[in-house]
Amino acid sequence: MTTVERRSVAAGRESAPPRPLWHTVLVRPETMTLVLLVVAVFAASALSPYFLDLSYILRSFTLSAEFAIVALVLTMIIIAGEIDLSPAANMALSACLFAYAQAAGVPMPLAILIGLGAGVLMGVLNGLMVIGLQLPSIIVTIGTMIFYRGVAQVIAGDKSIRVPDWFIGINNVFIVGVPVPVVVFIVLSIVLGLVLGVTVFGRQIYQIGTNEIAARHAGIRSRRIKMILFILIGFVSAAAGLMTASRLGSVRYDLGLGGELQMVLMAMLGGTYIFGGRGTILGTFLAAWLLVIVSTGMTVANLLPATQLTVLGILLIVSIIATNAIYSRAQR
Amino acid sequence: MPDAVPLIAARGISKQFAAIEVLRDVDLDLFPGEIHALLGENGAGKSTFAKILAGVHRPSRGTLALAGEPIELASPHAAQRRGITLIHQEPISFPDLSVAENLVLGRGDGSLLGRVPWAEMTREARRLMDLLGVRIDVTLPMRGLSIADQQMVEIARALASDSRLIIMDEPTAPLTPKEVETLFTIARRLRDEGRTIIFISHRLEEVRALCDRVTIFRDGARIETAPIEALSDADIIRLMIGRPLKEYMHKEKATIGAVALAVENLSLPGYFSDISFEVRAGEIVGLGGLVGAGRTDVARAIFGIAPAESGRVLVEGRPVTIAEPSDAIALGLAFVPEDRAVAGIFRSLSVEQNISAAVPAKIAPGGVIRRSVERALAMDAVKRLRIRLASLRQPIGELSGGNQQKAILARWLLTDPKVLILDEPTRGIDIGVKAEFYDMIGELAASGRAILLISSELPELLALCDRILVMAEGRLTADIPRAEASQEVVMSAAVPRVREAAAA
Repeated sequence: MTTVERRSVAAGRESAPPRPLWHTVLVRPETMTLVLLVVAVFAASALSPYFLDLSYILRSFTLSAEFAIVALVLTMIIIAGEIDLSPAANMALSACLFAYAQAAGVPMPLAILIGLGAGVLMGVLNGLMVIGLQLPSIIVTIGTMIFYRGVAQVIAGDKSIRVPDWFIGINNVFIVGVPVPVVVFIVLSIVLGLVLGVTVFGRQIYQIGTNEIAARHAGIRSRRIKMILFILIGFVSAAAGLMTASRLGSVRYDLGLGGELQMVLMAMLGGTYIFGGRGTILGTFLAAWLLVIVSTGMTVANLLPATQLTVLGILLIVSIIATNAIYSRAQR
Repeated sequence: MPDAVPLIAARGISKQFAAIEVLRDVDLDLFPGEIHALLGENGAGKSTFAKILAGVHRPSRGTLALAGEPIELASPHAAQRRGITLIHQEPISFPDLSVAENLVLGRGDGSLLGRVPWAEMTREARRLMDLLGVRIDVTLPMRGLSIADQQMVEIARALASDSRLIIMDEPTAPLTPKEVETLFTIARRLRDEGRTIIFISHRLEEVRALCDRVTIFRDGARIETAPIEALSDADIIRLMIGRPLKEYMHKEKATIGAVALAVENLSLPGYFSDISFEVRAGEIVGLGGLVGAGRTDVARAIFGIAPAESGRVLVEGRPVTIAEPSDAIALGLAFVPEDRAVAGIFRSLSVEQNISAAVPAKIAPGGVIRRSVERALAMDAVKRLRIRLASLRQPIGELSGGNQQKAILARWLLTDPKVLILDEPTRGIDIGVKAEFYDMIGELAASGRAILLISSELPELLALCDRILVMAEGRLTADIPRAEASQEVVMSAAVPRVREAAAA
C-alpha cells in the first residue's frame, strides 16, 4: 500500500469530502419552489391568455397578502423549532376588538392601538405557555386558535361590524402601481430576510432550531428569542387583521378562517423544515407567489373548487417529500 | 484451537459507505468457546465489522461462513435466527414494556392476532434470569432498570434465542466496577458453555481480564490477531495507532495563582448537596467519581444550566449570580459538556458557525455578522487546534468525533475564559487525538486559566491534575493532592459506602 492511499483513507475517516459549490447553491428547497413557480406561470398562461397581465396577478395577490405577511414571521418561528397555529384567529380577534371599539365610539387611532395591542397580548400569552410552562407549541396554539376565535365570536356575535369609509380599501391604494398590501409583503420580506440572514439574532434562531440544548449551553438566550418571535407574530397578525378589515370593509368573527393552514402551506412549500433549523424567507416569499398563481390560474381555467383543493394538497405533499429528501441528503 | 472448525470464518470482508472505504479485506476466524476482543481507535472499523456479523450492515465484498457453511445475513433478524446477537452499549428496548415483554419481543413466534401468553412469557423470562443468576423482577417496566440490568436483559434475550455468537459493543462504559465484574462472570460462563463472545472495549485492562484472543484494527484493516498473553500493552497501543506511543500524559509546570472559582455549600436536592471547593488560576483540579455521582450536575449548576438551590458561587473572590449560561460566559466561565451530540454541536450547521456560536459580539459588532471576521477567527482556531476538515463551511456533523470536540473547545477558547470546566473531554476520542487534548489542557493551565476536569478515566486524572476531588452519591468525599493520589485512593472515595456494605 502506498503512502498516498494511506493518507486518503485516513482523510476519509476524518471528514466527508466537501460538496461541490453548485451542489450547495442549487440543491436546496428554494430552487424547487422557484422551478415550480416558473412552471406554474407557464402552465397558467397556457390555460388563459389573460393571465400574463401583471396587474391581474398583483390584484389576485392582495387576497392572500395578509396570510403571506404572517407566513414570513411564521417561517422564523418554525425555523426556531416551534409553531404557531393561532395567527388567523388572532387576526380575527384583533380586528373584532378594533371594529367593536370604533363602533362604540372610541376614536380611530385608539381603536387601532387596541387592535394591535390585543395582538401583542395574544402573542405574549402563547409565548408564556410555550416558554414559561414548557408546553408544546402545537398544542398550545391549537388551544389558543380555538380560544381567540371563540372570544371573537362572543364579541362580534354573528353580525358584521362596519368600519368607517375612509378606512376601507387599502388594497386599492397603489404605490408605483403595486397595491399597498403587496408592498408591505415585499418590504417585510426584505427586512426579515436580512434579519434572518445576516444578523446574530437570525443566526441564533437557526441555532436554537437545530439544537436548543446546545444553544443554551453556548449562552444563547433561547427563551428570550422565542418570546420575541411570539410577540412579533402576534403584532404582525393583528396588523394583518386590520388590513383584512380594510380590504373587506367590515369585520366578522370568521375573518381569515382557515388562514393558518395557508400560512403553514406557504412556509412548507418554501422549504422550511418542519422540525426546525432550516428554511429561508426567500423560500416563503416564492411560495406565496406560487400559491397565488396556482390558485388564480386554476380559477381562471375554471377548475372546480374541489379540484383546486386537491391540487393544493398534492402540491404540499410533494413539497414536503422533496424538502425532506434534500435535507436528508445534505445531512448524510 | 487451530484444528477446530471456526464458528465464524470471515474472508475478504470490505465495506464502503458512499465513497469511503471503512473496512478492507478483513479475514478472521472466531472459534467456539472463546472471548475475542476487537481493539482499535474510533473509525478503525471494529464496530463496522461487528455490525456486519450482526446483519446490521451488508459487506460490499467478501464472504462469511457459519460453522463451515456459507451464509448471507440480510438483516439483524436473519442474524438472530442463525444465533448471532449484538448487544448495544445503550440497550435498545421498549422502556414502558415489562422486562418479560422485552425479552420475548421480536422472536416472531405466535400469529399477528394471536393471544399473548402472559403467564408462559413471565415463566420463561424468570427461567432466563435464573440461568444468568441475576435478580431482576421481570414484571417491572424496563424504564426503571439500571443500564447494567438492561444489558443483562439483552444478554438474556441472546440466551433465549440460543445465540452461539454474542457481540458486546463497549458494554462496560456505563457500568460501575462491581457491575463490570458481574458481566464478566456471566461472559466467562457463556464461554465455558461453548458460546463465542466478541468484546469491544477501549479499556485494555478489561480486555486483559476477560479475553482469550485479540484482533486489532487500524484504518479499516485487520492488523493483528493474537492470544492476549502474547502482546504487551505497549505492543497493543503501537499496533492500534501505528506508531510508538510517546509519554503523553504530563502536567506542565504552571504558576498557581489566586482563586478563580470557588463554590460554597452548593446544593440541589436530589442531585448533590453541600459541595464546596475552589480552583486557582493555573491549577487543574480533577473531579472524579462514578457515573451518576453528581459531577456533571455540579458543573451544570455552576454554569447556570440547572442552577443550584442553595449555596454560593464566587468568581475571582466575588459572589456572583448565575441564572443562565450567558451570565456564566459574561463572567469568564466556559463549559465543554459531556455529551457532544446533545449539548455541544449544531450538527447540520457549518463548522465556522459552530466555532463562533459563543462569541456573537466578536463576529457581529452591532448585531450584523461580519463573515470575514468570523472566517478569520474560525480559520485561526482550526489551525491552532489542528482541526482536520474539508471546509469551514461543511456541516460539523461530517467531522470525526475528535475533531468535533476540538471545534467545541475552540468555541470556548474564543471566549478567552478564566475558568474552563471540561466534562469528559476525551470520551469517545482516538488515542492519538487524546494526547493532543492532554497537551492542550496543560497549555491552557500554563497560560493562567483555572481548569476543572471531570473525568471517569483515572489515569487521565492522575496524570493531569494538581488535585483530585472525588464525588460519591452527590457528596464530595475526598480532596486528594497530586502527591497522594493513586487509583486505589480515588476509587475508595468514589465507591458509595452503602453499596459497599451491601456488597460485602
